[in-house]
Amino acid sequence: MSPPRPDLVIQGLGKRFGATVALADVDLRLPGGSLVCFVGPSGCGKTTLLRVIAGLETPSEGKVFLGERDLTRVPVHRRDVGMVFQSYALFPHLSVAENVAYGLRIRGVPRRTRLERAQELLALVQLPDVGSRRVSQLSGGMRQRVAMARALALDPALFLLDEPLSALDAKLREGMQVELRRLQRRVGITTIIVTHDQEEAMTMADLVVVMGDNRVQQVGPPLDIYRRPVNRFVAGFVGSNNFLPGRVVSPGQVEVAGVRAPLARDAAPAPLGGEVTVAVRPENLRLRAQAPAAVALHGTVVFVRDLGRVVETRVRVADQELIVSGRGGFDEGDGVWVELPESGVVALTS
Amino acid sequence: MNRVLRAALFALVVAYLIAPLLVVAGVSLNERQVLFFPPQGLSLRWYGAAFTDPSWYRPAINSLLVATFAALIAVSIALPLSYVVWRYRVRYAKAVMAMGLAPFALPPVITALGALALWIVLQSYGRPYTVVLSHGAFLTTLPLATLTVGLQNLNPQLVEAARTMGATGSAVFRTIVFPFVRPYLIAGFVFAFVLSLNEYIIAYMTVGFTFETLPVKIFASLRYGYSPVMAAISVLFFAFAVVVFAAVGRLGDLPRLLGADETD
Amino acid sequence: MNRAPAQSRPQHRRERPEAGPWPHLLLAWPSLALTVLFLVPLGTIAALGFFRRIPAGFFEVGFVTDNYARALDSFHLERLGVSVMLALAATLITLLVAVPFTFLLTRRPRRAQVPYLVLVLASLSLSEVIVGFAWSLLLSRTSGISNVLVRIGLMETAVAWSPGLWAVILAFVFVALPLAILSLYPTFSRLDQELPEAAGTMGAPPLVGFVTVVLPLVRRAVAATAALVFIFVLGAYVIPQTLGRPAHWTIPVHITDQAIMKNHLPLAAALAIVLLVMSSVIAVAIVVIVSGRPPRAEPSVPAP
Repeated sequence: MSPPRPDLVIQGLGKRFGATVALADVDLRLPGGSLVCFVGPSGCGKTTLLRVIAGLETPSEGKVFLGERDLTRVPVHRRDVGMVFQSYALFPHLSVAENVAYGLRIRGVPRRTRLERAQELLALVQLPDVGSRRVSQLSGGMRQRVAMARALALDPALFLLDEPLSALDAKLREGMQVELRRLQRRVGITTIIVTHDQEEAMTMADLVVVMGDNRVQQVGPPLDIYRRPVNRFVAGFVGSNNFLPGRVVSPGQVEVAGVRAPLARDAAPAPLGGEVTVAVRPENLRLRAQAPAAVALHGTVVFVRDLGRVVETRVRVADQELIVSGRGGFDEGDGVWVELPESGVVALTS
Repeated sequence: MNRVLRAALFALVVAYLIAPLLVVAGVSLNERQVLFFPPQGLSLRWYGAAFTDPSWYRPAINSLLVATFAALIAVSIALPLSYVVWRYRVRYAKAVMAMGLAPFALPPVITALGALALWIVLQSYGRPYTVVLSHGAFLTTLPLATLTVGLQNLNPQLVEAARTMGATGSAVFRTIVFPFVRPYLIAGFVFAFVLSLNEYIIAYMTVGFTFETLPVKIFASLRYGYSPVMAAISVLFFAFAVVVFAAVGRLGDLPRLLGADETD
Repeated sequence: MNRAPAQSRPQHRRERPEAGPWPHLLLAWPSLALTVLFLVPLGTIAALGFFRRIPAGFFEVGFVTDNYARALDSFHLERLGVSVMLALAATLITLLVAVPFTFLLTRRPRRAQVPYLVLVLASLSLSEVIVGFAWSLLLSRTSGISNVLVRIGLMETAVAWSPGLWAVILAFVFVALPLAILSLYPTFSRLDQELPEAAGTMGAPPLVGFVTVVLPLVRRAVAATAALVFIFVLGAYVIPQTLGRPAHWTIPVHITDQAIMKNHLPLAAALAIVLLVMSSVIAVAIVVIVSGRPPRAEPSVPAP
């Protein structure tokens, strides 16, 4: 049993490029050995954060620690990170095995030893037979795995991946998500994946860091983020959500569109009497033909879209439009009741 | 219609570029010492003369020596310069870069006169190394241009990847940058070499009367006595250039070396 | 096919490493070499123009304006005018051929381009001396095309077209064309194939698409190429000397004549400075007129 992996700690981190702020006020503790996803829309600063962790950018303020060790001023080549680049950055003038063995070559490991190690790693990513090939002879998916093998060759303390799957087609991407997750479990290295695909983040990560507007918006396990978004940005970015204006009338109760609805029990507390945004997920809403016993809003179906597994129904309630995904069964123009869930209504203050 | 126009334009350009050489090739085959075209009688004796007559092969050897060393100097200036401009933010590097690119923004005769004046002031006028140095500086533009293109094509993530695996400045250069730009470096060297081989006015002004290069010799015989040997030499020059560039094209991706995108 | 990974580069800004002593050490030799071999000679010429000529030797340090007075006398101004007109004519013809040719060439598959590029490179590298010699043969009475035309019955008697004005211009275009093609090549070949196609889908015939979509995108490159070609041709010595009558001798012929034959370096230097100023002014004017914008501070990188 190897000693426990140290946590990655980021304190008060900021990064400016000239007058542009790329990152501000980042404080994070990422548990050793976990798989973390940085997720957010493009330009939100997630890649910059990854590059600061890698040592490819110097932060304008703040510190990066690995356990007790302050990495902030440690140059990239002494940081002990393995990185998979968005373009994979495989060296076109080297063979696949030479690519994987590159870091060992820099450390002066004899040729035979390092090529053996490269072979091991290629076996680990299930490409045992491509060592002597040129990079240009590989498919996109194979390049992706070679890039992973190369990043793991030095058994780094941190395994960093910048949009590793974005260049792959949808089907291959799904397969690679599973494979990457398995690989990470096997090697146990603290892993950070940057992605703009929230579904990818939700299905792979132990811990999700949602970023927006060059800041960390929320950190937590995927389900937490999904069930209890802390603000409108997270609620809107992760999964889809209906937003309605509301007011907290008592602890645990919110008034929305003329009715009082219970707030999710474990959601963040909202100030009494304050104006809030009420968020409720389409899959948590039910459509009823008759007024149900539970809290419900009355409206008219304005649009129906059959997505196969679910039917998406848009219902106009007063001057709002709600999206409901479920079994459907209504047509445009029908009057319906939209039943609110007992747990699943969230009040957001920002 | 469009195709016809394109074919016509391509044919026109090719004919225009080749016609003078065809005539020269024809003239080089004359049996007697005349410059007739079509040639009268067929003989390769003038090609033989080019290799056996010292008044022709000495300048040829001079030119090859000058071109080799001048191209080495051009590359030795261009490689560190283009690398620093690409890799680091150094203020005056751009000014040095401008000096390296400027010779092609000056009428060539001015560069030649400048070389003449410089070597007179330094009291080295007429020494063989002067033409080597002046050619080297003048032709730096060529490897500078190819290397700049090459470095632009080098994905910076390759360098970052190498750094994450522990490579520092010099190791990055040795293991990533240099192997990547090598074809551009070779192309730049070849361009500088071939152009130095053919350059007249700088060679004439610096060592025209002391260390005869082939273009100077050809020009002299152009004015003081035509000979089919000139034609033979010209054909050899052109053939040499074609072979060299075709080899570059065969070994490397010529469009890419000349500045097209990395991939097709 | 395997384009995606290599092409998708991160869009955010990237830091360059802090400059330690390394870049300065690396720049030492290029700076020294280019200063001594390029900047100092230019400065020397600038100074020489004011020096006094010594009939027996080269020159002596002084400050006289006679050289500039002579460089700007009516004879030399007329020579300058002829030089500029010849160079402008050659530049115009060169661009009229080079722009469509390069565009069409870059639309071909890469493999098909290679033979043309080899021919262009070989022509570019051909010594001006050989070009002069080749065209003097081609245009001569005894071995030129007129001679061939007589043989196949298209002409009555063979004539000599060289030396002459058109001989000079044709040879200028011959040396300028490869230069122009290679200078235009990078921009043209990076031009997105889909742009003229898009114009086509919106109803523009090829020529209209070329004029409305392609030309505006390549204007800068065309402008830089025009300036490059103009300067190159303006500085040519051998071609006007071998293919022109004395009336077509350009300033470089007179500069060389003064510097080498007449041993009058200060006058050659003064002429060179006048030529330099003139060529810079016209080159900038060409760039402004053709590109429609003031020139950038950075010099454009000409492809070899």
